[in-house]
Amino acid sequence: MVREIEFTLNGYHQKITVKPSEKLLDVLRDRLGITSAKYGCGKGECGACTVNLDGKTVRSCLMYAVEADGSVIETLEGFQRLGKKEIQEIYQKHNAFQCGFCAPGFIMSTDELLSQNPDPDEEEIKEALAGNLCRCTGYKNIFSAVKEMVEKRKGRES
Amino acid sequence: MSKNTKVVGHDAVRIDMEEKITGAALYTDDLPFGPNLLHMSVLASPHAHAEILKIDTSEAEKLPGVMAVATGKDYPQKYGLYLQDKSILPVDRVRYVGEQVAVVIARTKEIADEGCKLIKVDYKVLEPILDVRDAMKEDAVLIHPDLGDYQVIPWINPQPGTNISHVRKIRKGDVEKGFEEADFILEDEYHVPHVVHACIETHISVARYDYTKRFTMWNSTQSPHTQRHIMANALGIPHKDIRIIAPYVGGGFGGKAGISMEALTVACQKVPGYPVKLRWSRKEEFLNSSQRQELRATVKMGVKKNGKITALRHIMHWDVGASAEYGNNVVNATGFSATGPYFVPNVSIDSVGVYTNHPPCAAYRGFGYSEFHFGIESHMDRIAKAIGIDPVEFRRINAIKTDDEVAYKCHMNPSGMLECIDKVAEAIEWGKEEVSDDPDIVIAKGFASAWKAPAMPPNAGSSVFIKFSEDGSINVLVSGMEIGQGLHTAVAKFASEILTVPLDKIRVELPDTDRNPYEWQTVASHETWELGNATIRAARDARDKIFDVVSRAFHLEKESLYLEDGKVKDDLDPDFSLPFEDFVITGIQTEFNTWVGGPIMGIGSFIPEFTNAMVDPDTGMGGHPNVHYTVGAGAVKIELNKKTGVVRVVKMAEGFDCGKAINPDLVKDQIVGGFIQGLGTALYEVCIFDDKGKMLNTNFTDYKIPTILEMPDEMIPVIVEVPQPDGPFGARGMSEHTMIPVMPAVANAIANAIGLRIKDIPLTAEKVALRPLQKDFVPEK
Repeated sequence: MVREIEFTLNGYHQKITVKPSEKLLDVLRDRLGITSAKYGCGKGECGACTVNLDGKTVRSCLMYAVEADGSVIETLEGFQRLGKKEIQEIYQKHNAFQCGFCAPGFIMSTDELLSQNPDPDEEEIKEALAGNLCRCTGYKNIFSAVKEMVEKRKGRES
Repeated sequence: MSKNTKVVGHDAVRIDMEEKITGAALYTDDLPFGPNLLHMSVLASPHAHAEILKIDTSEAEKLPGVMAVATGKDYPQKYGLYLQDKSILPVDRVRYVGEQVAVVIARTKEIADEGCKLIKVDYKVLEPILDVRDAMKEDAVLIHPDLGDYQVIPWINPQPGTNISHVRKIRKGDVEKGFEEADFILEDEYHVPHVVHACIETHISVARYDYTKRFTMWNSTQSPHTQRHIMANALGIPHKDIRIIAPYVGGGFGGKAGISMEALTVACQKVPGYPVKLRWSRKEEFLNSSQRQELRATVKMGVKKNGKITALRHIMHWDVGASAEYGNNVVNATGFSATGPYFVPNVSIDSVGVYTNHPPCAAYRGFGYSEFHFGIESHMDRIAKAIGIDPVEFRRINAIKTDDEVAYKCHMNPSGMLECIDKVAEAIEWGKEEVSDDPDIVIAKGFASAWKAPAMPPNAGSSVFIKFSEDGSINVLVSGMEIGQGLHTAVAKFASEILTVPLDKIRVELPDTDRNPYEWQTVASHETWELGNATIRAARDARDKIFDVVSRAFHLEKESLYLEDGKVKDDLDPDFSLPFEDFVITGIQTEFNTWVGGPIMGIGSFIPEFTNAMVDPDTGMGGHPNVHYTVGAGAVKIELNKKTGVVRVVKMAEGFDCGKAINPDLVKDQIVGGFIQGLGTALYEVCIFDDKGKMLNTNFTDYKIPTILEMPDEMIPVIVEVPQPDGPFGARGMSEHTMIPVMPAVANAIANAIGLRIKDIPLTAEKVALRPLQKDFVPEK
């Protein structure tokens, strides 16, 4: 039994037939050419597969593709097109990644945090990123990148 | 030196960063292989120790969509880097829970999984051996009865007829006399358990065997050439017909060194023309990614009243798991160095690898040094307190210095040990006591020193090609892996510094064993030093060729030519300035309208020609097994909650003598990253096994690694630079080292906080909270 679903992926309309058992991560990766969402654990524990769905991050390894019917999905591939490269640039400036495998997930979580809470304090930044695991960086550069991003945006708004 | 260098020693954004923050960086799982891609699943042994009586694959083979099934009958070969004791697929016996008994290749992963369920295996279950002390008993069942028949490299000493995979002995001076001279002796045991690398990217391999008998693999690996070599030997395929392509790697830490699961994809030979993909699930990753060896160590140390160490006996029993192949080199390397970074006149070390029915173990960041430093550095604190000397001062008194004799009697390379100790002590404000406003919280500090040498064969080589393009940009072809440590940024800087090509005109290419030159492996923190030296030689080779063609074309003296900003210039003629793009591909037109030169390429290679692994097996003397040591120190400030036992590291300082920081920012990033990884192993990481040998915590819910919440509020990385004479611009490696001081520094801080000496890692909240409540608890003073 298959079902046709539709959603917007990085600004483009998608119509695709999926099985009820297919995970969103697998559909994005294997069928739609998205490589930024990564398989890290398959259980929602590491955050490497994080994508943005209707403005909120989800663990795409936990979600069934049919649940995404009618939604708006953003992944790292869409950031330049969607005008979000500022976050990427500040991560780059801070050398915020080493192996880079967790990078897309962190950037997605950062994007969600800043869109929901433009002025997070240090604890709120850590809470927002605590679901993304990184084994290389010790988190320090990631944290300092997000902090500078917050300061920069505040400076611009005031 | 950085005053005279343009890029070396200066900060820069990593050259791989733009790819990583845009998602452009492709990892093995991201590569497209088209509609013919097949998937492999593995049938894992449910038993830790069992004889295989019969395997029936007939039902699996009949399942629609299954393309092939393979068992040990198809691939009975043993393989291994240091000792060939590992099965591609076992024939008659399984040795750990999770060992791959059969593989199924199918159109989809679901069908391959289903196929595995249809395979019937008859086992005769044997009692598992799960403790090195049981494995070493005289009547212990032999886990490898054929150990004497296995191929082994000459300096690894397996003991046939026992469960011992390797013994490295050091006998320097007279250890008994040293203890007689001592005013104080302390002997005790320490235990460090199995842990896993927990790279966020699990292992993955895609392999294709074509009708010309060409074997191509795409692997997430630290060791493309070593994998090619092992596969060629195991399969009897010429090296030229095996090609390994290594895309970006999502974390290695030693777990992707050598070869492990990649050997299984050899079964693609059964389906020529089809690419076959095997990706470990997270659970399989926990069971099958070569865990860190467990260590049971006995440390006996004697000291004079003045603090000088007189003797050390250090017996290390390593649980190497069901196969030791690569792990034997951990046993070997630690045997040479288990004095810690101190001058000890009388030394006796026994480093012993012991088989058990735990999963196979091998390299993990620090390569055994983290494990033995836990005992040594705990001991240093305990002895210092007992004889009334400040622990930092006690380390200063005994710190190894340049030219001191190490345990195997070679001489210590230039070393900033004292500077590391002093700077770290200063950064952590050693001696300054702090009291919390919360009566349940105790604030305390802990200190540890560290050293490590690259552990590698004496003939481990690196090589580099540099090739110019028409616009004067260069591609640097290496087979050293960028696994996150910043190697390719360092390589680009070496090439840039010598050829004066700006960094934005340099690409460093990820390995393809067909096209990139040989590299032994990206392990041991040797790459900045060794691949760096090869890169410098390649850059100088290209520079020589540039000078040669320019001097021939313009009739200039080679000696007066120099490079600046991507141009050739002449000391004798200030007006002469020839940009690379004018000649590096096409050559230079002469006055006769002919052309000289041609595409410029540089080649460079390096092996450490002074090393020698063939030491006396009874004493460890007579060789030069290590190229050099990198030294350092680490310290923590903790807040310990007496009620809950929770230890929070609020500040850390770590310093290492990297000889020369090629990228100071990235050196600091290594220190921070290695510290946090070490913090996980100090506080809570441990593989938990049941009494049948099955690992119970094979996911990130039950096996915790640090999150951003565990990051200390303050982290102070310290760089010390005493140049390495044979290092590129004076550099030596420092990546793994950053984990080494963490476990003992935290343990020492806990002891300083509440007098609790924990000798059994991890330092969990339960141990910290409950042990002081027991009646027989005597606080350490």
